[in-house]
Amino acid sequence: MNDLSKDHHLTISAEGEALRLAGEFTVWTLPQLPESAASARHIDLSGLTRFDTAAAWYLAQRRASGAVLAGMTPGQDKLLESVIAASPGPDTATAADPFWHRLLEGIGQRVTRALIFLREIAEYLGRFLAALARAIRHPADFRLTSFVHHCQETGLRAVPIVALMSFLIGVVLAFQGAVQLQQFGAEVFVVDLIAISILRELGILLTAIIVAGRTASALTASIGSMKMREEIDAMRTLGMDPDMVLILPRVLALVVTLPILGLIADVAGLVGGGLMTWYELGISPAMFRYRLITETDVDHVIVGMLKAPVFAVVIGIIGCHAGMKVGKDAESLGAQTSTAVVNAIFAVIVLDALFSIFFAEVGL
Amino acid sequence: MSENVIEVRGLTTRFGEHVVHEGLDLDLRRGEILGVVGGSGTGKSVLLRTIVGLIRPAAGQVRVLGQDVQSLSGLAREALERRWGVMFQDGALFSALCVQENVEVPLRAVPGLTPEQREGLAQLKVAMAGLPWNANGKYPSDLSGGMRKRAGLARALALDPEIVFLDEPTAGLDPIGADAFDRLIVGLRDALNLSVFLVTHDLDTLHACCDRVAVLAERKVLATGTMAEMLKVDHPWVHDYFHGPRARAVTAGTE
Repeated sequence: MNDLSKDHHLTISAEGEALRLAGEFTVWTLPQLPESAASARHIDLSGLTRFDTAAAWYLAQRRASGAVLAGMTPGQDKLLESVIAASPGPDTATAADPFWHRLLEGIGQRVTRALIFLREIAEYLGRFLAALARAIRHPADFRLTSFVHHCQETGLRAVPIVALMSFLIGVVLAFQGAVQLQQFGAEVFVVDLIAISILRELGILLTAIIVAGRTASALTASIGSMKMREEIDAMRTLGMDPDMVLILPRVLALVVTLPILGLIADVAGLVGGGLMTWYELGISPAMFRYRLITETDVDHVIVGMLKAPVFAVVIGIIGCHAGMKVGKDAESLGAQTSTAVVNAIFAVIVLDALFSIFFAEVGL
Repeated sequence: MSENVIEVRGLTTRFGEHVVHEGLDLDLRRGEILGVVGGSGTGKSVLLRTIVGLIRPAAGQVRVLGQDVQSLSGLAREALERRWGVMFQDGALFSALCVQENVEVPLRAVPGLTPEQREGLAQLKVAMAGLPWNANGKYPSDLSGGMRKRAGLARALALDPEIVFLDEPTAGLDPIGADAFDRLIVGLRDALNLSVFLVTHDLDTLHACCDRVAVLAERKVLATGTMAEMLKVDHPWVHDYFHGPRARAVTAGTE
């Protein structure tokens, strides 16, 4: 970088209170001025070959503090005048608030934002239900093509990743369970361990988390990019209801496909666990199946499946809401997409905890 | 004063099979405002990008301030880049920085400049681009299109370049804003002795600021000259452009 400034030459000669500048006085040579230049009362500029706004800005300050400028050409004088004319100044200086004031204000803003977020989520839930009711009353308004498309996008396309993940979780559970339970000679309870944990909790929870990551972001990105390009406003002016056209098919597709994905995850998890127990403990598939049917209550499957539609609605609503909050710039699209994923996963886990308490109280 | 700051000779630009320019010649003289016009897709912005070295031409030479842009590298190239400023269509401000920080970015390259000097110069440039004081702390997403363009101009002017490239400076502005921008360009040219390469569609801008006009069509510069000379050109597209209903309204207004 230093090589660049070597191309610029400014000769500075100081005699008492007089300063004589010659050569190029530009933004590149401005830093070469010595400290003492600030106290010069008389500045002679007749030797300058180049002069820019940075120099004019400096000289304007010097002149304002009482220095006399001499030897300027009319062109340089004009530039100095236009810099002085443009010189900025704050409109009004505002005193900074004390620290505790800003702290309180920050906390208050965050709390308000969280409450507003909850209210908006409730609003979007209501809009989804209203759209659903309208679709039931007027089936012709329902976008079947869009619904099927989103079933494919959020459901069918997610099958491989969900099945693989659940299969591997089954394998891990079986292996870890076998290692621990073997110490007590209770290997056979590995089947119960796998069945209960996968059917009741892990199958559907992990599926919901994967779908939250996959679909919530896709919903936000697709709706958000439409919002960015004012397509949603265009829709409204054309008499199309975004709730019916965008939100209903997407959320409904999730509600339909998430339980199916959950079921696939359950089966894949059991297969993975079964294979691992066979390999590790020598429990044959027939034995595994027998133990599964006699010892594991069907309640576990029901508990697991009951959660799926609720997770689906929450993921869909959070994704669509974030999409609708996207502003005009690409940055807000990115920010909203990551917020949607984080919120959706967080909501799924919180809801799962609430469900656990609920089912424990109910006795399922 | 008719020294050429930009000389484009025999320029050919190609994207795959698509030829944008073929044998294009163009000059920008010191201290003038050159308006580059042409239909959509005739490569006005491509020409601008080629001159500043963002696109490599297939053939031909681009000399800026006497130096061949393509053959330069390293420090010489950097030194040349410091002598021009580019304002992109939507300002192309860095979205993570506020306006004042955006203008400070080029100033950071100057060794030895204190933070106070940098701040003062940035604020001066923001004010010279016609933005109010309180715009300094705002982020690009909080600004209107016209203010973003002004902030982009302030950044382009940060190092007092000799040449300024403006890509559609008045597109998307209301007539009052566009008019103010036209006057700003002329005012800055007079104050800073800039040479301005201005890509535009706006006939009012052509009338208000440009000393010369270059018409891009059929992959080359079809005609150059003052507005008065353009009105006499006998090419069908040029004739339609400068004699269309919009053009007539403008010429009627200025006469």
